[in-house]
Amino acid sequence: MTDCLLRVEALNCNFDGVRAVADLNFDVQPGEIKAVIGPNGAGKSTLFNMIAGVTRPTSGRIWFDGVRIDTLPTFRRARLGIARTFQNLQIFREMTVLENVMTGRHIHGEAGLFGALLNGPALRGEERGMTEAALALLARFELDGFAHMRAGDLSFGQMKVLELARALAGEPRLLLLDEPAAGLPQTEAEHVGEIISALNRDGVTVLLVEHNMRMVMSLSHDILVLNNGMRIAEGDADSVRRHPDVLAAYLGEGQHA
Amino acid sequence: MALAPAKSPLLTSVAAETRSRPAVRRLAVAATRPPSRWRLLLVWLALLIVPFVAPNAYIVSLANMMLINIILIASLNLLMGYGGQISLGHAGFYGLGAYVSGVLNVKFGLNPWAALPAAGLLAGLAALVVGVPALRLRGLYLSMATLGWNAILVVMFNRLIDVTGGPNGLLGVKPFALGAFKLDTDIRQFPLLWLVSLLVMLAILNLLSSRIGRALRAVATNELGADAVGIDSFRTKLLVFVLSAGMAGIAGSLYVHVNQYASPETFSVSNSILLVVMVAIGGSGLYWGPLLGGFIYTAVPQLLLDYEDFELMLFGLVMIVVLIVSPTGLAGLPAALRRRLGGARSS
Repeated sequence: MTDCLLRVEALNCNFDGVRAVADLNFDVQPGEIKAVIGPNGAGKSTLFNMIAGVTRPTSGRIWFDGVRIDTLPTFRRARLGIARTFQNLQIFREMTVLENVMTGRHIHGEAGLFGALLNGPALRGEERGMTEAALALLARFELDGFAHMRAGDLSFGQMKVLELARALAGEPRLLLLDEPAAGLPQTEAEHVGEIISALNRDGVTVLLVEHNMRMVMSLSHDILVLNNGMRIAEGDADSVRRHPDVLAAYLGEGQHA
Repeated sequence: MALAPAKSPLLTSVAAETRSRPAVRRLAVAATRPPSRWRLLLVWLALLIVPFVAPNAYIVSLANMMLINIILIASLNLLMGYGGQISLGHAGFYGLGAYVSGVLNVKFGLNPWAALPAAGLLAGLAALVVGVPALRLRGLYLSMATLGWNAILVVMFNRLIDVTGGPNGLLGVKPFALGAFKLDTDIRQFPLLWLVSLLVMLAILNLLSSRIGRALRAVATNELGADAVGIDSFRTKLLVFVLSAGMAGIAGSLYVHVNQYASPETFSVSNSILLVVMVAIGGSGLYWGPLLGGFIYTAVPQLLLDYEDFELMLFGLVMIVVLIVSPTGLAGLPAALRRRLGGARSS
């Protein structure tokens, strides 16, 4: 095993005979922002779901920091340090904004059931620490003014940022972003892009699936292009943009990279 | 911190648009943060005056039953309102606690003070056995499993005549006692029930405002999201199911030593259903809901003693009306009215 953070080896996923992902190999290096792009149906979401733990691969292996994770349930992957956001937002709408972020720190708490029932001093100290950390994160994302609001009452753009904050609250080593700009107007998409590159400067490794080409090209250190479940190109923005197979795949869809 | 964009466009789009959404809510969600511990203490201090102002012992005995019912409904609310899991066997765990405590006392001579925690532990253990297979599956499996479990228990209470006394009930249960001072009158039992119900309400409050309570509510509102932040949703659901059954077991033990008697029909499936109705009428997922639910569950049958079957029909009717007017139950009524009036003003 080299020093890569995430390694995907000979990964396959079949749905009723359709090969959604075929023989895929790639690495994510610590500290980089890696993007996965491709036309609709290229297998991006399937790949993402296999890494996050929602979909089981048909065959192949996924390693995270030397640990094989492809058969682990989602919550175990989260405990290893993989956090994610969702394309169609999965925040805790009935909880407050602050509680959402505090729940994101769940894996860093130790208080058990009896500590919780009795509200002992150790628990109270831990709660205070969690609240402070969550508030600091909210302040960083300019959501501190909404801390005690019901999360479901936020605007769509704010919910996207909240979900990002919740993912970061667990202090992950790998952040999986499923279309972070989807559904956002260009200005807000740019804001999310700024947040992602700021996080990366702080040392967070990012793997993202995204349709917004402008965002992908400006953010990513490395881009993996999929078509029909297979890798057709991999490299930096410039090399990918000029790659003939990439042009063909996207022109077939009537879109320009 | 590295991040400080001058003016975020995200902040200009305010949340107002979402407010106009119709107030359609699922039954089992927790919307509000738990209240402060001081408020709980104040409410329970206010309850202390009941024995002093009650005109007769009958009213005190009703207050006693209400405190037991509050434990029962609050523990079900924890599971149902905050945990999003519906148990149709809560009266069964209540009965298990009552019979375990009563039988240990009558047949084995165990002191009621020792039987009380034993009843809680055994009810919790039974929930573990029922919950492990049922909670592995999503959906209504827990409701089905607990319904069947409750039915089995009632058969056992009826048929194990040598142990339980069968349909005639378990007789000769001793009251709690402090030395020679027996807690065998309503007025002497009240302080104990007051204290235990306060402790249960406090434990629930503590739990709700803790990391585990947040995990529980997270699993109930969005299991995908809960998974993603590292919460083991199966374990969390199982934990709260066991805890809630344990509390029902404690309520059962209190019941049997207060009444010095237990009979199977108190713990029937239809009473389990009524408890679910009481959680919903009081306010599912609202901390104060069980107080209202406990009051109604205790008082209404007394008013309708002459019309036995009418009771269930009335409860059904009340539930429909309450949930139409205020989907979050009686404890959610102020918020529902405010929303309605506020909406009328702005439109």
